[in-house]
Amino acid sequence: MDSILDKMNKIPLAEWVDDAMSWLTTTFRTSFTFIKDNGKAVMEQTADWLKDVPAIVFIIALVLLAFFITGKKFGLSIFTLLGLLLVYNQGLWPQLMDTFNLVIYASLLSVIIGVPTGILMAKSDTAEKIIKPILDFMQTMPAFVYLIPAVAFFGIGLVPGVFASIIFALPPTVRMTNLGIRQVPKELVEATDSFGSTASQKLFKVELPLAKSTIMAGINQTVMLALSMVVIASMIGADGLGRNVVSALQRSQAGAGFVAGISLVILAIILDRLTQSLNKQKK
Amino acid sequence: MEKIKVENVSKIFGRNIKEASRLVSEQRSKTDILKETGATVGVYDASFTVNEGEIFVIMGLSGSGKSTLVRLLNRLIEPTSGNIYIDGANIATMNKEQLRKVRREKMSMVFQNFGLFPHRTLLQNTEYGLEIRKKDKETRRKKAEQALENAGLLAYKDQYPNQLSGGMQQRVGLARALANDPEILLMDEAFSALDPLIRKEMQDELIELQENVQKTIVFITHDLNEALRIGDRIAIMKDGQIMQIGTGEEILTSPANDYVRNFVEDVDRSKVLTAENIMVRPVTINIDHDGPKVALQRMREEEVSLLLAIDRQRNLKGYVTADDALKAAKEGKANLSEVLQQDINTVTPETLIQDVFNVIYDSPTPVAVVKDKRLLGVIIRGVVIEALAKNEEVE
Repeated sequence: MDSILDKMNKIPLAEWVDDAMSWLTTTFRTSFTFIKDNGKAVMEQTADWLKDVPAIVFIIALVLLAFFITGKKFGLSIFTLLGLLLVYNQGLWPQLMDTFNLVIYASLLSVIIGVPTGILMAKSDTAEKIIKPILDFMQTMPAFVYLIPAVAFFGIGLVPGVFASIIFALPPTVRMTNLGIRQVPKELVEATDSFGSTASQKLFKVELPLAKSTIMAGINQTVMLALSMVVIASMIGADGLGRNVVSALQRSQAGAGFVAGISLVILAIILDRLTQSLNKQKK
Repeated sequence: MEKIKVENVSKIFGRNIKEASRLVSEQRSKTDILKETGATVGVYDASFTVNEGEIFVIMGLSGSGKSTLVRLLNRLIEPTSGNIYIDGANIATMNKEQLRKVRREKMSMVFQNFGLFPHRTLLQNTEYGLEIRKKDKETRRKKAEQALENAGLLAYKDQYPNQLSGGMQQRVGLARALANDPEILLMDEAFSALDPLIRKEMQDELIELQENVQKTIVFITHDLNEALRIGDRIAIMKDGQIMQIGTGEEILTSPANDYVRNFVEDVDRSKVLTAENIMVRPVTINIDHDGPKVALQRMREEEVSLLLAIDRQRNLKGYVTADDALKAAKEGKANLSEVLQQDINTVTPETLIQDVFNVIYDSPTPVAVVKDKRLLGVIIRGVVIEALAKNEEVE
């Protein structure tokens, strides 16, 4: 016997989404194409520059950066030196640069979009109510699912890879910016207001400086998430270490997979420690 | 001249404001109103004026609405109804721009937990008010340094707030408020977070500051002793309503209702203590063997302008003023008995302080404490008021 549940017609949710997608794709075709072409040109250009820099120069620069940013301690610098030398030795240097490029773009754009969005959320309860579920959606929807619109909008290559990475990596920056500003002690906000500050004076002179370490923690998370998207982004044609991981998987080459994987880990640790000590240093 | 005038100001937090106001006017309690309407009464129908150059203390226990009331004065909290005039201009109806101007130029606030910006040095903190008014760097630095100098903290100007003790931080809080040169200071439990000794010191400094610069000060406190010590007038609040406004003496001697009476009972030592408890060592001169020169010398030593005259048996004979002693010395007299004045009020050691108060109120001289004609001590006006304001020793 049919239960009452079976008597209801299937809601054509998938069809609706498909319709919306194709509407978006056709309506904004020119804008998407514009973003795709220009984005691709710019990003590939920087990737080429990164690859043109002699590896030894890049390694030394990063080691020095690590040395000074961590307050002249040797730990991270030595790790950076040995780690990058290993990647170079394994012949993965160009892939590392591609990955680095992807991560930098995804993180940078996430910060550019995320910090202002977070500020908006902190300032308006309505905005917070609207944006919060969107962020939840972005974070919990499996990453493979939004590869589909990414490809529909931007084809394959670096641009959809960055697009998908941003969707995945953006939420921590937004959330932590919101949190950081809302956590500024009430008395300090009152002090700021009682002196007659304008909204922007309040934001730039008091709220953002006080929220800085929380925001930096969010940015750090964003960088890490962008890095974790590298493998998935490579499935839609973004160059880099992710592609080596995927091809090792397809050919069942444990060794090659490990080497590409460890290279990603090395990059991850360097970026994580660098952004973290940036935060500590500025405190 | 009245500087601040508050007219029927109410603040009700929550949604059901109309219903809540109706219940308040029916004299229902705050808890009842919260239960029935879900609205919280912050301040209800407060009216008072603060005169220029006055220290006006708003006193109440926590939850009485005093902190809300002070925030209504600079509209950190929007009033639900009522008018607040600063120099005749109604704050309640101002637009953002006008309000900002008043906040920048007319009033500064000092906070309970100091409200210092942890990411700014003391100098940068002190500069803040001037900085947002876009004063040039030179001017604001100079003014801020002057304010810190007055607070005795110029040497620390490049330190951060968390490197300082609480008392020092609040001095910076005050310096920051004063650097702006406001006409009105709003002080929200400004000394409550400080330990008792520092608090007393800060109270003294505030009184002194008030005498020197004549700011209009609205001071919030939950401590009646503090209110009595520094307030020219005191408003006592309960459940968002003002119970009584008056001078310390008025509130102590004629409380408006049972609440105020209960409140001041703890502090009212005048009914417990006697003259003996509060008298201090008198500065005396023995007229049997000391002349005018000795008298003048002693006045200089003790920094007083008046000596009580006694004889060998310590019997009170009268008093000598500096003017009279000087005159006697010029005329070459060797004895003071001719210039002695007799119109001195005396009390016995057993006299209650409330009675001493009546005597001392109109007396130009200190009151002598005398037993069987012998001088035991002297009561000065400040001590009486301080005794009334202190209750630690009674408990």
